Amino acid sequence: MLHARIDAMTTAGGATVPTRRLARWWDADLSYGFRHSPVAIVSALVLAICLAAALFAPWIAPHNPFDLATLNLTDALTPPHGMEGAKSAYPLGTDDQGRDVLSAIMFGTRISLLVGVAAVALSVMLGVSLGLVSGYGGGRLDAFIMRAADVQLSFPAILIALLIDGVARAVLPRNAHGDVALIVLIIAIGVSNWPTYARTVRSSTLVEKSKEYVQAARVIGITPAAILFRHLLPNVLGPVLVLATINIATAIVLEATLSFLGVGVPPTRPSLGTLIRVGNDFLFSGEWWITIFPGAALVILVLAINLLGDWLRDALNPKLK
Amino acid sequence: MWRFNLRRNVKFHDGTPFTADDVIFSYERSKVDGSDMKTKIATLKEIRKIDDYTVDFVTNDAFPILPDTLNTWFIMSKAWCEKNNATAPVDVRKGKENAATLRANGTGPFMLKSREPGVRTVFVPNPGYWEKVESNVTEAVFTPIKNDATRVAALISGDIDMMEPVPLQDIDKMKGVSSLKVLQGPELRTIFLGMDQARDELLFSNIKGKNPFKDKRVRQAIYQAIDIEAIKSRIMRGAATPTNLMIAPGIRGFDPALNKRLPHDSAAAKKLLADAGYPNGFEVGMNCPNDRYVNDSAICQAIAAMLAQVGVTINLMAETKVTYFPKILSRNTSFYMLGWTPDSYDAQNAIFALLMTPNPSGQGLFNLGSYSNKRVDELGKAIASELDQTKRNAMISELFKIHGEEFGTLPLHQQALAWGMKKNIELVQLADNINQLKWTVVNAPRPD
Repeated sequence: MLHARIDAMTTAGGATVPTRRLARWWDADLSYGFRHSPVAIVSALVLAICLAAALFAPWIAPHNPFDLATLNLTDALTPPHGMEGAKSAYPLGTDDQGRDVLSAIMFGTRISLLVGVAAVALSVMLGVSLGLVSGYGGGRLDAFIMRAADVQLSFPAILIALLIDGVARAVLPRNAHGDVALIVLIIAIGVSNWPTYARTVRSSTLVEKSKEYVQAARVIGITPAAILFRHLLPNVLGPVLVLATINIATAIVLEATLSFLGVGVPPTRPSLGTLIRVGNDFLFSGEWWITIFPGAALVILVLAINLLGDWLRDALNPKLK
Repeated sequence: MWRFNLRRNVKFHDGTPFTADDVIFSYERSKVDGSDMKTKIATLKEIRKIDDYTVDFVTNDAFPILPDTLNTWFIMSKAWCEKNNATAPVDVRKGKENAATLRANGTGPFMLKSREPGVRTVFVPNPGYWEKVESNVTEAVFTPIKNDATRVAALISGDIDMMEPVPLQDIDKMKGVSSLKVLQGPELRTIFLGMDQARDELLFSNIKGKNPFKDKRVRQAIYQAIDIEAIKSRIMRGAATPTNLMIAPGIRGFDPALNKRLPHDSAAAKKLLADAGYPNGFEVGMNCPNDRYVNDSAICQAIAAMLAQVGVTINLMAETKVTYFPKILSRNTSFYMLGWTPDSYDAQNAIFALLMTPNPSGQGLFNLGSYSNKRVDELGKAIASELDQTKRNAMISELFKIHGEEFGTLPLHQQALAWGMKKNIELVQLADNINQLKWTVVNAPRPD
């Protein structure tokens, strides 16, 4: 519990404790836990590999699936290594357009991760701030924010996202849309998901705000903003981390759906979600590799983020120490 | 003038008899704005009632294929419409509905029992039908299942008795299931690409101040850059007939001599582009549906890749048909994909809708790139009223020759039909993708 440590330090060493020592101590605590958690190490490693593969895809991927001129339709539907008809140039086979599945996964992960992480970050920022204010403020403000969340929850996220895209399309000039499609997509998905976070954070805030440390902080005259973000926030963040890691996967799939509806990225630049969606059509016909490999990549990615988030929540939770 | 003798003792589903008054009523109803039947009766001047079972159709000019265009013109019961307050058509595009939007009252062998759009539509046999039907179907339930894999799974698991279309990649798999069969056949629908040739500057392109598609060489370059055989073998898995004509074999006016595609030749395409003043190609936005035609989006992606090889960069916008069609029908496009089946089985339908210069009469209504050629318009008019079949065919061939040499649109192929069903179902597959329930027979399932 961050606030408790800060409080403890201030009482022990006075107000002049160097922030450097504080940081070092906090780092050490976290890093000690990390070093002794095999799950955390493995998931961080896997995540690092995924991130590196995605980030450096243009340099390390065997092909560039976004460069249409290099695609060869006659190589379409080549099976992966170890199967009859496999070609050494395509270790994981090719899809229906002749794209190398391995390279497509690496390039697609770039888009999916960017959209997924940025959209979730946006929803977390919006949802957590509104949830904190709503829970701590109470009264009319609370009622207003929560009813707004209720209204939005009654629409499917995809509808909200379509609405935002429609507005963006009307506002932006016709040719600009292609360039900002990704940003619109991020905003659309991000805004459509905030109510879940706001509700979670609000309910935790309601529990936390009546506790002694909050009352104590209020008594010694700390501003509401500082109470919210320095004292309450660290204590309500646990469930949010778990939600966020799960929502990254949902956001990636939502992006694929939006792209299918013609809102997101064009099919010539498929994201991980689009690869999976398109590949689904080939499951019955035996070309399983088109969807299984991107699907596995998504599972590994989300699992790594999830386990790491899980560990981080436990590590930040003083009650489990 | 055509005289039609109406069959006696035909009754609508609500029991009212079918008479000349219904024909005249339906004609007046079809003329009103908002009616989708308007084009079917566009050539008629008037309909005269001679007696209760005889009507005369008077056309503006000679129009030899009138019976072919009337076969999809629907007659409504005057009494029923008056009773249900549906005497005027409503425009569904404007979100308006009336009793006739969700209820049907025809004279056919099957009648509507219930309809929930997008969910379930149920038909039952019409006991008062005037002819004995072969079918032993007691109830037909239509359920849209949009996802390919779900639809296939529903048939394999026995939830449904038949489905269409079978996704191309699943045809072999489905043939291997002992309780199922797949009925395949050519479809009359021609899939083609159209280019905006009307605007002086394309809506979606990096070329400003001029329209590259106005240059015949550019259109030819795009035609020759497309490797139709690769699309046929890889994306359509053989289930397509590449074409150089805007109509399929089986449509009256089809001329096999003209149906020879120019060879796929990237080098020639590059040279044509350079001659036209685009040695480094150009960028253009392409619109494509992704749930309308067989593998539509995959075809567009493959074409984008082929055009990239000759330097033309395609910004592909693929989207669901619900948003796609309003967009391209309002000509808000530079480069698009469309499929067309002449429901009269006659070339005139495609010529009138797709190739002639657009004008308010409905001519060129689906000529979304506004291709325009004087001679094509002249021939199109003459074809509509020419009575001599040999002369008429010669004019159709001349028209398609001009259109082909100008690359007014780029025909790709006719897709194939694939219906999947249980083995004990017998039916007739028509090339316009219509299943006549009256010819559908369900046999007792054989134990196998």
